[in-house]
Amino acid sequence: MNFNAWALTLVVFIPLVGLGFVLLVPKEDEKSIKGVTLLATIASFGVSLYVLVHWVGNKFYETDKLTAFVSEHGGKHPFEVNKPWIDVINSNFHIDADGLGLPLMVLSTFITLLCVVYSWNHFPEPHNPKAFLALVLLLEVGMNGTFVAQDLILFFIFFEIVLLPMYFMIGVWGGPNREYASIKFFLFTLFGSAFMLLGFLALYFKGGRTFDIAELMASPEIAEMARSTQLLIFGGLALGFAIKVPMFPFHTWLPDAHTEAPTVGSVLLAAILLKLGTYGFVKIALPILPEAADTYAPWIGGLAVIGIIYGALGCLAQTDLKRLIAFSSVAHMGFVMLGIASGTTFGINAAVFGMVAHGLITGMLFFIAGSVQHTFHTRELSRLGGLLTQAPKMGWILGFCAMASLGLPGLAGFWGEFPAILSAFNPAESIDKTELFRGYMVIAAVGTVLAAGYLLWMLQKVVFGTPKDEWADTEIHDVSKAEWIAWLPILGLIVVLGVYPNFLFKLTDSPVTQLFGG
Amino acid sequence: MYLNQFLLLSAFLFCAGFYGVLTRKHSVLVLMSIELMLAAVNLNFVAFGAFRADVVGQVFALFVLTIAAAEVGVGLAIVLLIYRNLKSSNPDDLDTLKG
Amino acid sequence: MTLGSVDLHPWFLENAWLIPLIPAVSFVAILAFGKRLGAKAAWIGIGSVGAVWLLALGNVFQWIQRVNGFRATESEHGAPEGHLEAVSAFGRSVMRPFSEASHHEVAFVEPITRSMSWWSNGGMSLDVGIRIDGLAVMMLFVVTTISLLVHYYSTEYMKDDRRFTHYYAALSLFTASMLVLVVADNTVQLLVGWELVGLCSFLLIGHWWEDKPNSSAALKAFLTTRTGDIGLLCGVAMTYFVVERATGTGSFNIGAVNEAAMSLGHEGLAKSLLFWCAAGLLLGIIGKSGQFPLHTWLPDAMAGPTPVSALIHAATMVVAGVYLGARMFPVFFQGFDIAGGGVNLMAAVGGITVIIGAGLAFVQRDIKKVLAYSTISQLGYMVMALGVGAWSAAIFHLFTHAFFKANLFLGAGSVSHSGAHHSFDMVDDMGGLRKYMPKTFATFMIGTAALSGFPLLAGFFSKDEILATAGHNGFEFFMYLGFIGGGMTAAYMTRCVWLTFFGEYRGRKHAAHGHDEHSHDDNGHTEPHESTFPILMPLYVLSFMSVFAGILFAPMLKDTIGSSIFSKFPEWVEPGGDGSLFVSFIHPEFSWKDPLLATLFAAVGFGLSYLFFWKKAFMQDATQKNKALRQGKTFLENKYYLDHLYTDIIVGSVKGPIARGAYWVNQNIIDAVLRLTGGGVRKVGQFTYDVLDQKAVDGVPNGLAAITGAAGGSTRNVQTGRLQEYALLILSGTVVLGGMVAALVWAS
Repeated sequence: MNFNAWALTLVVFIPLVGLGFVLLVPKEDEKSIKGVTLLATIASFGVSLYVLVHWVGNKFYETDKLTAFVSEHGGKHPFEVNKPWIDVINSNFHIDADGLGLPLMVLSTFITLLCVVYSWNHFPEPHNPKAFLALVLLLEVGMNGTFVAQDLILFFIFFEIVLLPMYFMIGVWGGPNREYASIKFFLFTLFGSAFMLLGFLALYFKGGRTFDIAELMASPEIAEMARSTQLLIFGGLALGFAIKVPMFPFHTWLPDAHTEAPTVGSVLLAAILLKLGTYGFVKIALPILPEAADTYAPWIGGLAVIGIIYGALGCLAQTDLKRLIAFSSVAHMGFVMLGIASGTTFGINAAVFGMVAHGLITGMLFFIAGSVQHTFHTRELSRLGGLLTQAPKMGWILGFCAMASLGLPGLAGFWGEFPAILSAFNPAESIDKTELFRGYMVIAAVGTVLAAGYLLWMLQKVVFGTPKDEWADTEIHDVSKAEWIAWLPILGLIVVLGVYPNFLFKLTDSPVTQLFGG
Repeated sequence: MYLNQFLLLSAFLFCAGFYGVLTRKHSVLVLMSIELMLAAVNLNFVAFGAFRADVVGQVFALFVLTIAAAEVGVGLAIVLLIYRNLKSSNPDDLDTLKG
Repeated sequence: MTLGSVDLHPWFLENAWLIPLIPAVSFVAILAFGKRLGAKAAWIGIGSVGAVWLLALGNVFQWIQRVNGFRATESEHGAPEGHLEAVSAFGRSVMRPFSEASHHEVAFVEPITRSMSWWSNGGMSLDVGIRIDGLAVMMLFVVTTISLLVHYYSTEYMKDDRRFTHYYAALSLFTASMLVLVVADNTVQLLVGWELVGLCSFLLIGHWWEDKPNSSAALKAFLTTRTGDIGLLCGVAMTYFVVERATGTGSFNIGAVNEAAMSLGHEGLAKSLLFWCAAGLLLGIIGKSGQFPLHTWLPDAMAGPTPVSALIHAATMVVAGVYLGARMFPVFFQGFDIAGGGVNLMAAVGGITVIIGAGLAFVQRDIKKVLAYSTISQLGYMVMALGVGAWSAAIFHLFTHAFFKANLFLGAGSVSHSGAHHSFDMVDDMGGLRKYMPKTFATFMIGTAALSGFPLLAGFFSKDEILATAGHNGFEFFMYLGFIGGGMTAAYMTRCVWLTFFGEYRGRKHAAHGHDEHSHDDNGHTEPHESTFPILMPLYVLSFMSVFAGILFAPMLKDTIGSSIFSKFPEWVEPGGDGSLFVSFIHPEFSWKDPLLATLFAAVGFGLSYLFFWKKAFMQDATQKNKALRQGKTFLENKYYLDHLYTDIIVGSVKGPIARGAYWVNQNIIDAVLRLTGGGVRKVGQFTYDVLDQKAVDGVPNGLAAITGAAGGSTRNVQTGRLQEYALLILSGTVVLGGMVAALVWAS
């Protein structure tokens, strides 16, 4: 049996098997539940790492190496699986790894694994590890699946699977306002999904009765489609994805969801779930409907830079640590969207880099916010202070992440921001709004200053200074062992990607050039 | 030999069985009456099988015999459980399904 | 492989990438082992910087060899003729070449470049590498020398500090980042170094972060320089496209950018592109090098430890902006049309900074703030020099300023450490210190003299060269601005020296509750005393440099004595060439007018100040009596109200009303639209449910259900639950059915 052909299926469905086992274990046996979950996430991560190593080892990131492999294997990609699934609508179980989805898939298995490690002794109220970990595993199925799906129906199903566990995670383990936040999250996303599904269906009926992404890209029907139809379809897709990103002005679910969600939920939400939206743009909306994308690009770019400034201003107004980080996501995803809107290969590479970097950095920031709350039982900025004195290690890590988040060169965040700014100077020629984009460039550059502003201001409040009197009698724990295990890999990756961004650019460049290098 | 004789015997047996089913006040006797009815049916099968020189009749009779054996097994077990639970085996007391 | 006598692969130059690497390793080592080593951790830093200093010296010697080799080769071939009209040479509006004989094109000295691919995507690629030329070698020497001295100085100054190892780790990281910036062969790598030195500056200013003013100063420094970086980011992005316009493929490579800028010339679109590039980069310079109007962070940055002020905020990091300006000079040269004379943005920014910095230095009580404003003013000279095309003079001033300003800062640290109970307040805690600390006094006086332009000292020559070139290139206005600035410098430094070293010692009354701004306690020092060797040694070295560094570029001495040593600096540092790769420069002929005028202005400044402070000769209570003067003083003491503008109005409004407004919009408009929509939808839903659904639509099935229910109710009695009754029913059913079948059969 060919392992490679099964690898992606394994990555996606090992967590599902793990979920089955978790459900079989009685609720009281927490040790076994954690063990099974850990095993499943490790296995899934292991296989995804195998895929990555195999991919890099065979230099599939070089276009000619990949083409050679494909022609040698009768048009089949290295990890492709394409089996008939729902014949009536010509939808196939088609999964494949490519340079765009692969890093995100590895990120997803990686972060999920670390989340499981982190929650080892950190289960939020009302405890119940069995249900919590079961939801985490289900979430992982959806996330991994979305990044490998090559068929719109399959993509849609995985995209939607993600909703439910996150809904319950926020609704059950969340903060005081959890019902509101979870319902808002659910309805908002579902609202977008409806339009997205409409778009998919329109593509199916107008684009040659297929849901296969590659076939749709090559479909002559779409190329000849009326411009207005293209615009409509793109609008539907874009709405669905933009809500997930979230772009201004569809972002209001995000701060609420983040604030109320348990730590692990926030981390997964920031690190992976938001990427589903941007990934959708890069993988589906832009390649299938390039002309409509060009028409929308100035608008998307405009909303992106509004998001950058607006998110930063929102941060400055916060008094709650977690809400501040949540708003910073709006700003950072603005940079990603600006890169995408530029329509250049360089900008889209930067966007994919930005997705991974934001996943690592903001995920890490949410971890710390969770630990701060765990320690101090508050996230009020005005009550915190002098973290460097009380818990120096946590303080330095927070400082490090803030620096990474504000785009310090040498750390991962920079390579998502700077190239996005650069690409805005010279957007794709087909967009034909160069002057406008140059304005966006300047606004985005101003956004970097605001980012420095709110992050340093947060640092000053939380990390510097002297501890408040109310904590004089509280025993403060610095970073625990489980936290170190969960955090060190992320911190390491932030540095590694910052020093040598080519690790990632190498992977994404060839598919991006193929898709957008026209 | 005529078919009628068998059919008449069978009809008699069936009616006797049915009468038992309707009137007995003990579940075991009701079960036995059902066995009687099954025996009547079997007799019919065999008689028609012989009359028409068709082996299917015998086969069906054998089939019914097996089913009847199983039915008695399950039936007696149910009766036993009913007795344990209700301290009675009078079918008149078993009216929990009343609409 | 040799070209003439030039060794094309000199080891030190080729391996200059080691220079940033060693302190980076030291940074990691100090972080890893520092806590265990305690005070010994400093020696990791000192050792690494020492090694780097030796490498830098090697670079200096090999570079000089290389220059000599190239130039020798060239003289073998003879001076090329007919290039007097070289497009970009200064000479358009001019005039008197340095001397007719020497005005020939000198060979372009190829910089040493080595690089490897860093990343590439979407058709863009970026290398990481080194670009070693005269400018870089000069900076390597300056940075490593000052860093080494500061490392050693800090062993005493920061002794027993609560975060001693952090301090040394940050110093190592700073040195590494600064050196990355210096050797960078492309703008992005330069940007990386640029931001990292900013980070180190942030860490070191906020070294004592327990106190809010310190962390606020650190924040302010970082944010202000970041504001400048808006321009830098855009500028770097745009230079990429400058190269693309010139050659077809974009590049971040500094050499390529310079060459492209030189080749683009003055056609319409390219010129505006170059102008915006230059403006963007200039904004970066303004932020980093403390130029007006973004200079306000630099005085606040004095909250950091004094050695840090000497290293970062006087000698190295703040000159990164000037370095950038010099490095990418062709962009400014073309973008601002510097060859055209008149006024341009860069010269104007520098010129304004010279004057406003010097003005503020008059009213400070804090000795470090005097020096900080002086630094701003001197940086203004450098930027102005670049703006008027005095490239060599600008970097020569950078070179000499690094030594005498580091000397002054470290001297101020010595005064505070040993003489003033860790206070920097000249008015309350100093005075008369020359008796107690004569050695510090001597070195401080040398530094002051060099800064004020005392004849034959370092600052005299470098400042003079700037002003002479400004005049020569047709920027007379800025020349006179410079003279006035020189006078002001002499005056405020006189005040500073008088307050610190002369008069009566005023610190005793504060001895009991010493200002303990510093980490460690006042070890019972009641009397001011001279500092110990680790503090004094750097002062000696720097004083020596303050005296003698100037002779490397001294047209006055060359004119009178005639040795070639007096023009070595521009020879070694200037790239030369025919103006296609870099601007080529012509030096003004020496004239006695400039040094005499400069000395005169300085003397007047010193004289007025002397009369005012020593002799109390005039206007002692002028600010009390004269309203205009009083207002002027208030205006100065409030730093031209710029801080109010930035902190209270701009930052205050962004952080306060604007951010709150945006958030309000978020909560009350965007979210309200959502909530309204949500609420509306819910109301519609309620209506649909109550009226439509429950009453109308649901009526039909409900009615059906009711009928069914009634029917069921009436027939349920049939179900008695009795087995035998069911059997009876079955029987009767069978009989009825049987009867019907029989009837049918009969009928048929």
